[in-house]
Amino acid sequence: MTISLSFFGDEAIRELGAQHALHEHHIREHDMGTPAPNRSREGAAATVPVTIDGREVLVEEGTSVMRAAAICGVDVPKLCATDSLDPFGSCRLCIVEIDGRKGTPASCTTPVTPGMQVTTQTPKLERLRRGVMELYISDHPLDCLTCAANGDCELQDMAGAVGLRDVRYGYAGDNHLVMEKDTSNPYFTFDSSKCIVCSRCVRACEQVQGTFALTIEGRGFGSRVAAGFNGSFFDSECVSCGACVQACPTATLTENTVIEMGQPRRTVLTTCAYCGVGCTFKAEMQGETVVRMTPYKDGGANEGHSCVKGRFAWGYASHPDRVLEPMIREKITDPWTTVSWDEAIAYAATKLKDIQARHGQGSIGGITSSRCTNEEVFVVQKMVRTAFGNNNVDTCARVCHSPTGFGLSQAFGTSAGTQDFKSVELADVILLIGANPTDAHPVFASRMKKRLRDGAQLIVVDPRRIDLVRTPHVQATNFLQLRPGTNVAVVNAMAHVIVTEDLVDHRFVQERCEPVEFSQWAAFVSQPENSPETLEQYTGVPAAEVRAAARLYATAGNGAIYYGLGVTEHSQGSTMVMGMANLALATGNLGRDGVGVNPLRGQNNVQGSCDMGSFPHELPGYRHVSDTTTRETFEAFWGHTIRAEPGLRIPNMFDAAIDGHFKGLFVQGEDIAQSDPNTVHVMHALTSLELVIVQDLFINETAKVAHVFFPGTSFLEKDGTFTNAERRINRVRPAMRPRNGKQEWQVVTELSAALGAPMHYDNAAQIMDEIAALTPTFAGVSFAKLDALGSVQWPCNEEHPLGTPIMHEGTFVRGLGRFTPTPYVPTDEKSTRRFPLLLTTGRILSQYNVGAQTRRTHNVQWHQEDLLEINPHDAEERGIQDGDEVTLASRVGATTLHALVSDRMAQGVVFTTFHYPVSGANVITTEHSDWATNCPEYKVTAVQVSPGHSAATVEIDHPEHRLGALVRMANQIARQMVADPNVDAVSATAVHIGKFWEADMRTDLTAAIEGGTVTLDDVAIKSMARLAVSA
Amino acid sequence: MLWLEPLVEVSTPDGRVAYGPVAVDDVPGLIAAGLTVAGDHPLRLGLTQALPWMIAQQRVTYARVGVIDPRDADDYEAHGGMVGLRAALAMQPADVVTEITDSGLRGRGGAAFPTGIKLRTVLDTPSAQKYIVCNADEGDSGSFADRMLMEGDPFLLIEGMIIAGWATGASDGFIYIRSEYPDAIEAIRAALATCEARGWLTGAGTERGVIEKGVLGSDFQFRLHVRVGAGAYICGEETALMESIEGKRGIVRAKPPLPAIEGLWGKPTVINNVLSLAAIPTILADGAAAYAALGHGRSRGTQVVQVAGNVARGGIFEAAFGITVRELVEQFGGGSASGRPVRAVQVGGPLGAYLAPDQFDLAIDYEAFAEAGALLGHGSMVVFDDTVDMLGMARFAMEFCAIESCGKCTPCRIGSTRGVELIDRIIAGDRRDENMAVLMDLCEVMADTSMCAMGGFTPLPVRSAIAHFVDSPTGANV
Repeated sequence: MTISLSFFGDEAIRELGAQHALHEHHIREHDMGTPAPNRSREGAAATVPVTIDGREVLVEEGTSVMRAAAICGVDVPKLCATDSLDPFGSCRLCIVEIDGRKGTPASCTTPVTPGMQVTTQTPKLERLRRGVMELYISDHPLDCLTCAANGDCELQDMAGAVGLRDVRYGYAGDNHLVMEKDTSNPYFTFDSSKCIVCSRCVRACEQVQGTFALTIEGRGFGSRVAAGFNGSFFDSECVSCGACVQACPTATLTENTVIEMGQPRRTVLTTCAYCGVGCTFKAEMQGETVVRMTPYKDGGANEGHSCVKGRFAWGYASHPDRVLEPMIREKITDPWTTVSWDEAIAYAATKLKDIQARHGQGSIGGITSSRCTNEEVFVVQKMVRTAFGNNNVDTCARVCHSPTGFGLSQAFGTSAGTQDFKSVELADVILLIGANPTDAHPVFASRMKKRLRDGAQLIVVDPRRIDLVRTPHVQATNFLQLRPGTNVAVVNAMAHVIVTEDLVDHRFVQERCEPVEFSQWAAFVSQPENSPETLEQYTGVPAAEVRAAARLYATAGNGAIYYGLGVTEHSQGSTMVMGMANLALATGNLGRDGVGVNPLRGQNNVQGSCDMGSFPHELPGYRHVSDTTTRETFEAFWGHTIRAEPGLRIPNMFDAAIDGHFKGLFVQGEDIAQSDPNTVHVMHALTSLELVIVQDLFINETAKVAHVFFPGTSFLEKDGTFTNAERRINRVRPAMRPRNGKQEWQVVTELSAALGAPMHYDNAAQIMDEIAALTPTFAGVSFAKLDALGSVQWPCNEEHPLGTPIMHEGTFVRGLGRFTPTPYVPTDEKSTRRFPLLLTTGRILSQYNVGAQTRRTHNVQWHQEDLLEINPHDAEERGIQDGDEVTLASRVGATTLHALVSDRMAQGVVFTTFHYPVSGANVITTEHSDWATNCPEYKVTAVQVSPGHSAATVEIDHPEHRLGALVRMANQIARQMVADPNVDAVSATAVHIGKFWEADMRTDLTAAIEGGTVTLDDVAIKSMARLAVSA
Repeated sequence: MLWLEPLVEVSTPDGRVAYGPVAVDDVPGLIAAGLTVAGDHPLRLGLTQALPWMIAQQRVTYARVGVIDPRDADDYEAHGGMVGLRAALAMQPADVVTEITDSGLRGRGGAAFPTGIKLRTVLDTPSAQKYIVCNADEGDSGSFADRMLMEGDPFLLIEGMIIAGWATGASDGFIYIRSEYPDAIEAIRAALATCEARGWLTGAGTERGVIEKGVLGSDFQFRLHVRVGAGAYICGEETALMESIEGKRGIVRAKPPLPAIEGLWGKPTVINNVLSLAAIPTILADGAAAYAALGHGRSRGTQVVQVAGNVARGGIFEAAFGITVRELVEQFGGGSASGRPVRAVQVGGPLGAYLAPDQFDLAIDYEAFAEAGALLGHGSMVVFDDTVDMLGMARFAMEFCAIESCGKCTPCRIGSTRGVELIDRIIAGDRRDENMAVLMDLCEVMADTSMCAMGGFTPLPVRSAIAHFVDSPTGANV
C-alpha cells in the first residue's frame, strides 16, 4: 500500500525518511541566535530584503540581523544569544557594521530594516571581538583539555572563531576561579568558576520554563548566577527541567553523566515515554549507553523544552531491578523459573488454550498499555480479537481518559483534543479545569505560562489551589475552588450565565451546530436550578466568581479549555466532558487557532492506545464492533472472524474474575494492582485468575501475582510510534538493542501464533502500514513519512496529507456540533459522619504514575513518599501536625501516610498521590465510576483521617460482587438519562447498555431481574427488558 | 552661590536683600545691625537679584527657585506657574508636541535627544497605556541641579510631566528619585499631595477605570507616583531605571526597542531628566520661539550648569548655550578655591572628559563638546587645581565603573576591573608602555562595544586624563 501526496512524492518521502531515520551521526542543532519573530494572528508577516556580507536575503519583518545572517549562512560570533531566548545583547561579540549607522550595533538586538546593508567581518570588528574575548578568558580557567565541556563549549568555539592568541591581562587579576561547585542537584553540577555571566540560564528559567528560580547576584565584576538567595540549586525553587543546562554555553551547568562519561558520539531522535505531552528528545549516546537526553528544538510538542522526568529520569532503563529473561511459575506462591522465550510463550499459549477449553472463549482477555507504542498496542488488541477470539480487550485509558473519548465524540465526532499545543500561544483566556500542568504536564505548562505572562487571562477550576493559581508573573483571574464531585454543576452554572446574559456566539451556533439540540440545551441551562446562585450550595463556589469566570471565558476573545483527570475521573466524567464541549460550542471557541477543548493526557500514548482499538466495543479508529462494514474490512485483512458484541471492560473483568467467569489475563505494561481503584477488590480479582501474564520491565505489584512474566523493552529500545495529547504521532527509535532480546510486538505475535493466529511483520513499520491500511484517520501515516516530516497529527490521509494540527475547521467531523444537556447528578460517594472528608488524588512533578520508573531514579530525592495534604483547620481539629503519621481510611480500606498541613486544600478536602505502592492510595479509592465509561472516580472518596497508625481498626464494607456492580452501573446510567428531560430515559439507557456492555453481563442482569434476586430502578428494569426483547 | 551660604534673605519693598555667608556667631551682630529692616552690616551683599552671579545668568527653568515658597501652590501660580499647562490643555496634543519640537529642547540628562521627537514617537505609538517617567536619579559627581529644582520648585516639574502626559496620551507618570535625596523626595511628595488636593492631578490612589475629576477640571486623567532608588548609579541609565521601577534588578536593556515604543512594562514611555521636563511649562507659556531664541548652534535654550569642586564660587549657573567653560570657571567661578592654578575641569560627571586649561574656550554646546571628544552630560563641572593626580583620576574613572557597572555586558563588567588593574601596574611602573597599550585597546573595546554610557563613556575621562596630563615615559604627572 502506498500513499500519494500532493507535494511530496513517495520517492522523496522515502529518501528524506531514510536520511532522518539513520541519525547515527551526532546531531548538533543549528543555533539561529534569536527566535523567529512572534506569530501573528493576521497570518504571515511581511518580508524584508536585507544584504548580509553581500548576500541578499528576504526575511520576515522583526527578524534580528543575527538571525537574518544565520538564514543566509553567516553565523555571527555570539555567546549570550541562543534561538530559544529573547536577545539580551550582553556578550558584545555579535557586533556588526551597518551602512548609515554609527558604531558597531549588536546583531542580536538589532532588527532588520528594508534594504539594510550589513557587514559582519571587518578589521575593526575582528579587533573588538578579540578584545571582548580576551576579557572573558582573563576570568576563565584554562583547563580546556580536562573540562567536561571539551568539544561542546561555545566559549572555546568563539575563542577559536575570533582568533584569540594571547590574554595580555595575564591571570593574576581579580577572578572567580576559586568558586566552589554546587553539586546539590543529583543530575547536574553548577561550576560557577566557569560561568561567563551570559544569563542564558537565568533567562531560560524565566522565558522557557517560567519558574524564575535563578538570578544574577551582585553587580559589576561580582555578578554571579545564583539559585535563590544564597542557597543551593537543590534547595531553591528550581524544578530541574534542564532548561538552564541546555542553555549554558560553557561547562558551568553540565549533566553529571557528561562529567562522568564524556561527550556523546551519536544521536538517536526519539520520544519521551512519560506524560502525554510527547516531547521529542535526542538520545545522545556512546555506543549503546545513553550519555544524556536533550530536548530537540524541532520536536513539535516541546520545541526544545523538557522537564525533570524526560530530561533526567531515564536511568530506570538500566536499573538492576529490570528483569531481562522470561519467567514462569505454576502458582503465585512458587518461586519464578527463568526459561527461554520459546518455553515461556509455549507455556502461556498452552495455559490460555486450556482455560478457554474449560471455561469458554470469553474467559480470557487482555489489557493494553498506554505506555507502549501504537504498534505494540495494535498487535495485542489484534491478538485478543483473533487468537483469543473475543473482544475482551481494554486499555488503561479506561481509568483515565475514557470519558474524553466518549464525550468529545458525542459533541464533535472525534475522540480527541481539538488543538495542537502551539495553539495556546494565541489564546486570550485559558479555562483550566481539573488539571495541574506544572506538575503533570510541565512542558506544556511552560508554554501556557509564557502565554499567561504575555497577557492571556486564566480561570482555574480545581478543588486544590494548584501552583498556576499564583506563580511568578502568573495569577489566575478567577479561581473556582469547587467541592470535589461538582464539576458538572460548575459547568452548568457557567453555561447558565452565558445563555441568560446572551453571551452566546449566535453566528457560530447557527452556522456550525445542530439547532434543535442547541435550543434544548439553552432551555435546560437557563432553568433557575442551573444558576450559579442555586448551585453554589453544591459547588461551594461563590456565584459572583462563577459569573465573572463565565463572562471572561465568553467575551475575552480566544477561549481555550484545557483539562485533565480532574474532569474525567468522576461518576459524571463523561457528562463533564460534554459540558465543556457545550461551553466551547456556545461561545464559538472551536475550529481555529487559540481556542478548543483539549485533554491533557496522563501517559505518553493514551491517545494512541485508544486510537489503536483497545476498547472492548471499538476497533481501531473508534469504530464500533457491531458495524458490519468495519468488521468485514478487518476480517478480510486478518482472516479471522470478529465478534460483533462488545467485550469486557477492565472493571468488568475484575468482577467476572471474582465471580469465576473470567480466568486468564494478559497485561501489557500496566500495573493494575497499584493503579486501579480499590486494591483489595483488584487483588481479589487477580488472585482469582488461573493465569496472569505480565509483560513489563519490572516485577511490579501485578507481576507479584502473575504466572508468566515476559520481560519488556524500555522506550530506549522500542521501535515504533507514540501519539501524544495533540494527536501527534511521534517516532520512537531504538537507541540500543532490546535488552530482553525481543521487541514487545514480536513477543505478542509469537504468542498469537502459538495460539493459532499467526501474524507476520518484519519490523514495526509494517505494523503501522497495516494500521494505515485499516484506519481511515491513519491512512497517510507511515514510518517513512514520520521520518521525513518529524511527526504528523492525525487525521492524516489523502485530504490532509501532512496531518491536522487544528481540528473542526469549517465543519465538525460529525458535521454539525452537537449540544447535549448535562444534568448534574451528584455522586453516590458522599461524605458521612464516619467519613467526613473528601479525598482527591493526583500527581507531583518528580514522580510519574505508579512510580515504577521514577522511583528507580534520583527523582526520589524530591519525593520520597506519598503525603497526605490536609487543611490546617481539619488538621487541628484532629490534633494532627505537619509531618505526623496519620491513618487515612475509607469504607473500603485504610492506609498510613505522613501529613502535610497545607492551605492549598480547602477545608473538608484532603489530597494524596499514588506514586508509592507502600502508601497504597488506591487501597482507599472505591468502586464508583463514570456512568458512561466506568472510568473510576479517583477524585472523590469519602474518608476519615486520624492521627497515628490505626489501620487495623477500620472495618471494611462487604466487598461488592459482580451482580451488585451490574445493578449499580445500570442504575447509574438510568439515573443520568432520567435527569435529562429531552430524552426517553428507557430507550436511551437501553441503547447505552446495548452499545457498551458485554452480552453475558446483560443476560445475567436480565436473568437476575426476572428471577427477583435484584432490585433496580424502574427505568433500568424497563431498559433491560427492552434490550432482552430486541436481542 | 555655595560660597555665600548660609545665605539669609530679607524682603524689602525693593526686593530681597542678601546677607552671607552667615555663621551662628554672626547672628547677634546682624540682629543688632537691624537685619529685619535690611540694615547695614559687613555681611550685607545688597539685593540678591543684583548680585553679579545672578545678573549674569538667564534663569528660565530656575526662574522661581529661591524666589517662591516651594510648598505654596498659590505662590507658584502667582509667579507664572500653571500657565503652560493651561495653554497646553487648550491645544491638541499633537500641537503641544509641535511646540516643544519647535523650541529645540533636547534631553538635559546628557543624551541631548530632541524632546519633541521623543514625544512625537510616544504620541504616534498606539497603546491603551503610556507612561511619563522622570529620571531624578541624579548620580553624577558635582551635579545637583535636579535636586535643587525639586526642592526649590517642585510644581514646575509636575506641571511639565502633566503637559508631557497630555501631549502623548499617557495616564500615569513616575518620578524616580535617588534615596540620597530625602528632602527632594519629601518636597515632591508634598507637592503631589497639594496638586491632587487642588485637582491639578488625578489622585494617585484612584483605581483605574474610576471616573474622577481630571486635570484642571478637564477629562484628562493623569496620576503621578514617586519611586525611590536604592543607591545604584546605573539606575540613572534610563533602561535600568525602568527595570528598577518594574521591581527588577537595575540592569540596562538593549535598544532597540526604544523606550518610546516599548518602555516601562513594555508600554510607550517618555523618559526624561528633571530639567528637560521642567523646561516644558515655560515653552508652552512663552511659546517655542522665545525658548528657541536662546542658545547656540543646535543647542537651544538654556543649560543649568553646576559649578563645583575646587572652585572659589560654585553653584547653579543657568545660562543660554554658548557660554564658555572659561567664563564659568574663571570669571564666574573665580578660579580654584585653594587659590592654586586650575589644572583640569571634568564636565558631565564621572563619565565626562577632563578638560585642560587650553580647552577652556570650549562653548557650552552639545556639538562643540562632542567634537572635542568631551561630554556636556548633565552640565556639571568639577574643578581641580594643580595638585590633582591625573593618573589617579584615570584609575578612579575605571574604579567608579567597576563599582557601579550593572554587570550585564562584558566590556564594562570585566573591562572596568581589568582597567583598574592595568593602571595600577602602570602606576607601579610594571611594563608601563605595554600596559598603556593594552589600556588604550581596552578603552576602544569599552567605548565601542559597551551597551550603555556607563562602560561606553568611562574611556572618556581615562583617555583625556592620560592624553592631556600624563607624561608617557614616566607615568608621572606633567
